[in-house]
Amino acid sequence: MIEGALWRKWVFYNIPLILFVFVLLFPFYWMIITTFRPDGELYRPWNAANYQPFWTNNPTLDHILYLFEETSFARWMLNTMFIAIVSTIISLFCGVLAGYALARLNFPFAGGLGTAIFVTYLVPQTLLFIPLAEIIRNFRLGDTPWALILTYPTFLIPFCTWLMMGYFKAIPKELEECARIDGASRWKAMVYIILPVAVPGILSAGIFAFTLSWNEFIYALVFLSSPDQKTVPVGVTSELIRGDVFFWGPLMAGALLGSIPVAIVYSFFVEHYVSGITGSVKG
Amino acid sequence: MAMVSIRNVNKVYDGNVHAVKNVDLEVRDKEFMVFVGPSGCGKTTTLRMVAGLEAITSGDILIGDTVVNELPPMDRDIAMVFQNYALYPHMSVFNNMAFGLKMRKFEKSEIDKRVRDAAAILGIETLLDRKPRQLSGGQRQRVALGRAIVRHPQVFLFDEPLSNLDAKLRVQMRVELKKLHERLGTTAIYVTHDQIEAMTLGDRVVVMKDGVVQQVGEPLELYNTPANRFVAGFIGSPAMNFAEVTLSAANGTLWAVAPGFRIGLPAALAERAAGLAGEPATLGIRPEDLHIAGAGDPPELCLEVEVEVVEQLGSEIVLDTRAADTAFVASVEPTLRVRMHDRLRLAMNPNRLHLFDAKTEAAV
Repeated sequence: MIEGALWRKWVFYNIPLILFVFVLLFPFYWMIITTFRPDGELYRPWNAANYQPFWTNNPTLDHILYLFEETSFARWMLNTMFIAIVSTIISLFCGVLAGYALARLNFPFAGGLGTAIFVTYLVPQTLLFIPLAEIIRNFRLGDTPWALILTYPTFLIPFCTWLMMGYFKAIPKELEECARIDGASRWKAMVYIILPVAVPGILSAGIFAFTLSWNEFIYALVFLSSPDQKTVPVGVTSELIRGDVFFWGPLMAGALLGSIPVAIVYSFFVEHYVSGITGSVKG
Repeated sequence: MAMVSIRNVNKVYDGNVHAVKNVDLEVRDKEFMVFVGPSGCGKTTTLRMVAGLEAITSGDILIGDTVVNELPPMDRDIAMVFQNYALYPHMSVFNNMAFGLKMRKFEKSEIDKRVRDAAAILGIETLLDRKPRQLSGGQRQRVALGRAIVRHPQVFLFDEPLSNLDAKLRVQMRVELKKLHERLGTTAIYVTHDQIEAMTLGDRVVVMKDGVVQQVGEPLELYNTPANRFVAGFIGSPAMNFAEVTLSAANGTLWAVAPGFRIGLPAALAERAAGLAGEPATLGIRPEDLHIAGAGDPPELCLEVEVEVVEQLGSEIVLDTRAADTAFVASVEPTLRVRMHDRLRLAMNPNRLHLFDAKTEAAV
């Protein structure tokens, strides 16, 4: 806590905190209020007598119903869920093994390899999608979920590998040495000792990977074309913005419903997630 | 039960750091051998080579009659206790202790019996269901010991197991370790940087410095007849006083001369040092072998000093004194009344004088 006069506490602590929370939460509030606001209120001009942008007296589920009845939103949710889960599992599996190898096995060029993997993470997706599109076409994967399941790991694996590498390095080496003296092979020591201890790190990497693939936009936009194959971010923006007409109600409803799974995942694992980011294994 | 032979073992890291140099010694069956030395002296590396956690650059390590150079740690039949305990944080105390037995596919009933026996020996029966994070430092230490003893290994390896405990607990655990060894009789190698631990625990002690074994011997042997200046200074607290002197023969006596004092060496020592007359040397005397000079002390063993600091310890008084350029620490009777800047006359116990070659630092 900040010590000293009350005004100090307000100026350096409370006011910045309130501003920060406001900036973070206002978009969500706007999203929610727009979702439940009838079209008549949404398109009312700002100088109208009964203009009230921050509240509605006539909440409606029309936009949500529209989403499910007039678009393939349910289908998009399933697509996104399937793609995010499978690519997260693939990336987590590779990332955990690679992170362990880079952190613990002393092989030549381990350091250089680690850096190289990190560098691949830095290549912008906006450039990488061009050669990847060529590959996707050659393998005839275009417009299938596999186009994304196989390309998302290009940025998820480096990410998971680095996060897990840091986490494994923070686990005392003695734990593993002790297990090996106790009679465990390297593999058993990893399975019985290191992985259980690393669960918070694995969960954090998983949550991040899931969120990244859930929200991914460019690859999904480029590699998928038919409406039934789309993911939520692409589907909502491509089907609900027609020309220069924005269907604000359904758009915001889609955004709201699309962010719910991520919010659920976070809230379930938030404890583990925080301890995973801050590291620290205590004996 | 087994002996451990370390034969001419070397460890070189990355081709240039020579961490352990030609270590050659035997740990006898049922012996408690302590490796002691300042940090970076190679003692832990040597222990880790015995454990199989570090590869040996050259030489052989035998446990019993088996050369274990290439054996993985799990096949060496050893147990190790680490400085940070290395308890598995996600397992209960019971499972921590049972892990090694489970890995070796012991019967469930046998595992249960062994864990409970070990827990009884260490007084941790009531903690078996707890997780390591719910234990105090001393309790964790006991669990780490328990994990080692349930396996009934041929050799125990201890890597500074007491250094994370507070001073009082350390003394207590030291006594318990000693009793435990007495009871189990397992060969043990114990690494520490604390010379008191080394002196109190070890059947024999290995003093190492810069990867080289300086001396191997029983604790009192190291204390009474140190092989060189390093061992003399490392063993004993407060540390031995060293005075840089020049040896000169006069009137049939060999004198150790330095600014501010000169000491006539007793006959036996003078005989051994005869060849060094005219050469520089280091004179060593332990603080407890200095006392306030009385009428009976021969003048050639006395020196005039000025008291700089008086440390009252209750059971004794430690005096930091100075004779010209040379500092002498003396531990004297607690009844003595002495103040800073007093001038005193100290006498040396002639049988307890040590002399070291100035160049090789070896004891004369």
